[in-house]
This record gives sequence, C-alpha cells and structure tokens, in this order.
Amino acid sequence: MSASAPGRPGVARPRRPTEDPAWLRWALCLLAVVLLGMFLLLPLVAVFAEALRRGVGPAVAALGDPDALAAVRLTLLVAAIAVPVNLVGGVAAAWAIAKFDFPGKRVLTVLIELPFSVSPVISGLVYVLVFGAQGWLGPWLEERGVQVVFALPGLVLATIFVTFPFVARTLIPLMQDQGRTEEEAAATLGANGWQMFRHVTLPNIRWALLSGVLLCNARAMGEFGAVSVVSGHVRGETNTMPLHVEILYNEYQFVAAFAVAGLLALLALVTLAAKAVLERAE
Amino acid sequence: MIEVTGLHLRYGGVAALDGVELALRPGEFVALLGASGSGKTTLLRSLAGLEFPDAGQVRIDGRDMAQVPARERGIGFVFQNYALFRHMTVFENIAFGLRIKPRRLRPGRAEIGRRVEELLALVRLPGMGGRYPDQLSGGQRQRVALARALAIEPRVLLLDEPFGALDAKVRKELRHWLRGLHDRLGLTSLFVTHDQDEALELADRVAVMRDGRVVQFDTPEALLAAPADAGVAGFLGDAVPVECEVRGGQAWFAALPPVAVEGVAEGKGIAFLRPVDLLAEPGAGEARVAAARRDGRGVRLTVEAGEVLLEAVPSPGWVPQRGEACRVTVVAARVFPRQDGAGRA
Repeated sequence: MSASAPGRPGVARPRRPTEDPAWLRWALCLLAVVLLGMFLLLPLVAVFAEALRRGVGPAVAALGDPDALAAVRLTLLVAAIAVPVNLVGGVAAAWAIAKFDFPGKRVLTVLIELPFSVSPVISGLVYVLVFGAQGWLGPWLEERGVQVVFALPGLVLATIFVTFPFVARTLIPLMQDQGRTEEEAAATLGANGWQMFRHVTLPNIRWALLSGVLLCNARAMGEFGAVSVVSGHVRGETNTMPLHVEILYNEYQFVAAFAVAGLLALLALVTLAAKAVLERAE
Repeated sequence: MIEVTGLHLRYGGVAALDGVELALRPGEFVALLGASGSGKTTLLRSLAGLEFPDAGQVRIDGRDMAQVPARERGIGFVFQNYALFRHMTVFENIAFGLRIKPRRLRPGRAEIGRRVEELLALVRLPGMGGRYPDQLSGGQRQRVALARALAIEPRVLLLDEPFGALDAKVRKELRHWLRGLHDRLGLTSLFVTHDQDEALELADRVAVMRDGRVVQFDTPEALLAAPADAGVAGFLGDAVPVECEVRGGQAWFAALPPVAVEGVAEGKGIAFLRPVDLLAEPGAGEARVAAARRDGRGVRLTVEAGEVLLEAVPSPGWVPQRGEACRVTVVAARVFPRQDGAGRA
C-alpha cells in the first residue's frame, strides 16, 4: 500500500478517508487478540485444564460429592427465584421509565444503576445489618421463626439486589427508542393497559428481554461478594457454587475446586451462546 | 358533534393550547392549519384523549370527555408516522381493534376476517394482509394505518399530518382518495397539516391556529377573501407583505400604483399581495422583470418593484424577458394597520 500512486489501476487501492494505515490496523488487531487471549481465553482454558489434570475421573467424582451437589442445587434454586423476580421488576421499571413521565423519574433511573456501582460486599453487609440477629428487623423476624441472613432468603435477596439492573438496563434504551406511539395507537383502538402491554409492548421487546434475562441469570449463578457475606458458609446448606469453589480451593483440593469452577464457567458459556443465538434470530 | 371550549394546556410553563374554541358539524371535513409549534397536534391529541388539558372542555355528541379515557372514546386516530404495530402483519394490525374487544362485543373469527378483507379492499390493498409494515411503502403504510383506525367504526376520524411523510405525487393522489372516503363513510374528520394547499383544497372548513389558539375558522374561500388578521393573511395564498400608507380609501405604495381598500384606518399599513393580485404588462413602468420561468402552470413571473420582489401574473400573450421593464397593476389587496408582529403566521 503506498500513497504515492493513488487511483492508478492495478497498483494500490486508494485509502478511504476513514481508513487507518495497514500497519496500524494490524497492530490494533494484534493487541486486541493478545489482550483477549491473555485475560479471557487463557484463564478459561486454565480452569478446564486444572480440573482435568488428573483425568476425567477425579473431576467427575468431585462433582458427585454431596456438598458439591448441594451447592449446585442451591445455586440453581437461588437463580430460579431471583431471575423471575428481576424479570418482573426490571420490566416494570423499564416500562415506567420509558413510557411514562412522573416525578422522581430521574432518581429512579439513577437508582437502578446503584447495584452496579456499589461494591457487592456492601450490598451483602446491608442485608446483614437489616435482617441479621443484631439488625433492625432481624429480632422481629426471628420471633416469628423467619431466618433471613445465613439462610436461603438472604442469599436470594442479595442476588436479586446485585442482578437487578441487567433486565432494566437492557430494556430502557430500546423502549425509549421505540417511543410510545404504538401504545397510544393501541389505546385509541380500545386497548386497556394490560392488552397494550401484552400485545404491543412485550412483543416489541421480547429479544432484548430474553438477552437481559440470560445475562441476569449468568450473574445470579456466579455472584460471589454479596452472597458470601450473607451466606455463613454452612457446607451443604448455604454454600452456592462460587462459595464452594473458594472453600475447596482454600483446602488445597485443587481438582475439586476447578471441577466446580469449570461447571460454573460452562453454565456461563452456555448462557452466552444462547444469547448469541438469540441475537442472530433477531 | 365536536365542541371544544376554552381549552388550555401548558407544557412546563409554555402554553401549547391557550384557549382553543372550535365546533365541528357532523359530516364535516376540517383542516387544522398552522405553523409548527402552533398547537395543532396537541389539540388533536387532546381530542383523542392522549393529552390531558389543564382547563376547558371537549364535548363529543354532547358528552363531556374529561373523564373518558382514550380507549373508550371510539375515535379513529391516524398518527403522523402511522405507529403501525411493527411485529404484526397488516391483517393483524387492522384486526387489532376488533380482537381486543371484550368477549361479548367481539365479532367471531370469520367475521373479523371478513371485515379486515373489506377494509383492505377499501384502502386498495387487497391481498396485502400477510405483509409486515416494514415491507410496505410509505403510502401503503398510511393506508394500513387508516384501515386500522376505521376497523373500530369510529364516527370521528383524526389524522395527524396524514400526508406529511409522503412524496408529492403520492400525496396528491391520497388527498383526493381520502376526501372521497370521508364522504362515502359519512365520517366527521379533522386533520392536521402545515400545508395550506392541502388544507384549502380538501377541507370544508379550515381552522387556522397560531400560538395555541384558533385565530380563524372558515371556509377556504372566506379565508382567502377575508383573513381575520395580518397573520392569517400572511400565512395564506403565498402573500407577500408590502408596506403602504392608507389615505382617502386607497393604499399607496412606494413603487406600485395605489389600490382601493375599504374599512381600514388611515395611516401606515401592511398590504398582503398574492401573485393573483398583481397583473404585469410589458411597457415602460416602475417595475422590472426579475425572473421568468415556464412550468406546467404557465409562466411564473417575478417582478422587482422598488425594493420588493413580487410574484405576478403576466398579461396574456406576453413572453417576459429578464430585465425587461414592465407595469404592474394591483388588482386587489388585503390591508391591515401596521403593528408589531404583523406578517407573522
């Protein structure tokens, strides 16, 4: 490529004004590939390599351990509760923000981002403060036989908090972009609020909604910080998969730790693949 | 039929509607004409129940609409960008208003299918029911939007800039077709436009809006012959404002012969001159041909008289040449006393 013969046939294609020189393009691509490989691909490979270092047998055995199975079950249970809650809450928040004007709309928009900006550890601590034995509501709940912290409700609450923004954040820009005229048209045609939502709004956001739910699910299964604070780390009872990985690792059971980590990573990969397929379908 | 009294609506301190008064007769085809920001779309949306006025009343068939939500008004509304449901086929779009009716009022499947086919034929889109909105041209979308609005058998049809997004040729075709449809179905229709040709050509009566108010509501002929104020006069008929002085029943210009005016106070004034008000003839005079262009309607002539450029009608048989001297006769003029803001629509 040379700039000395612009436009001469058979020599060099003239460079478009927005195109960078070849060496720069290659350098940038290389940089991206190296960074991606070092920081994303290599760790992922390492997880599976470590898990299978002594062969498939020990890895599978580690996953068959009752504590590991309990962690998998608990993780799936927490996600199964937290994701639907965030689905409904996220859609409601996005619908309100994108389609209506009301006082406090800006504040709500900012609040939705809060879980992303606050450290997960703090989110967990807040729940301990509120619902713990010495907390504001803890004693009152305990008298009624409800344990929140160091039990399933605490795990679910912390997970809901941390993963709340995913659905709402995916939907808000799309819904704002789509505007509200289709809903208005539905209203003039006689639709009530539910019919408007069911027949007009929901079909228009379905792909984005699915993608938001998948991301929310991936994060719900992988959340560590907030869950770690409210869990109490009772083996076989309040340990989710990420917490179980940490415990195994700290006990130098590397194969078992990486086997569980590999399973977790696999779940995440499946989620991402599903998301990619969905985006294609769209 | 539709009566609007004292309608006020403020958007964050700005008055979008500032005391609108309007009364439509059954079966009328009315245009809401005004520049952008004059409040015409806001008025239309208020009638449909999509905006909530701060004060005033909207009555339809004598019934106060204040407590009636949009979905219960039974008004057909065609949106500016059509607002077709993008994930539904044309058929589903048109059927929507029928399918969501409460069970006891809902027609059966076969009946809905028949009605939609009827409407498709009515808007001249037979066999297009299976298409999606993004597979249609602008004019076709427009007609689907109309069919969808008509499906609920409204008695009132509101259209927001119905031809705004279409190219000139399609626009002209659709105009006449829409007018025919209105007459055939016995609707009462109100459409918003900023295009005076459209308003004057189609409507039985035109409501001219400015600054959130209806400043004049009259037939096209009456609007052109007797504009209510300088603003309306300047807005209609491609009129050019020219300063003048009213003395002894005549308006005197700097570089044009005087013209007789009636009922205008003596003193400084503004005369609104349309192309059809000015007759240009060859020969030595105070004016000069600034431009002459032939098109499908004949010769478009622009003359320079003093410091103003005016469109004028050339006398029959004359082929004007650029730079040629000519005489201009003022046949008629609408003259208003001068004040601030004159000439603004």
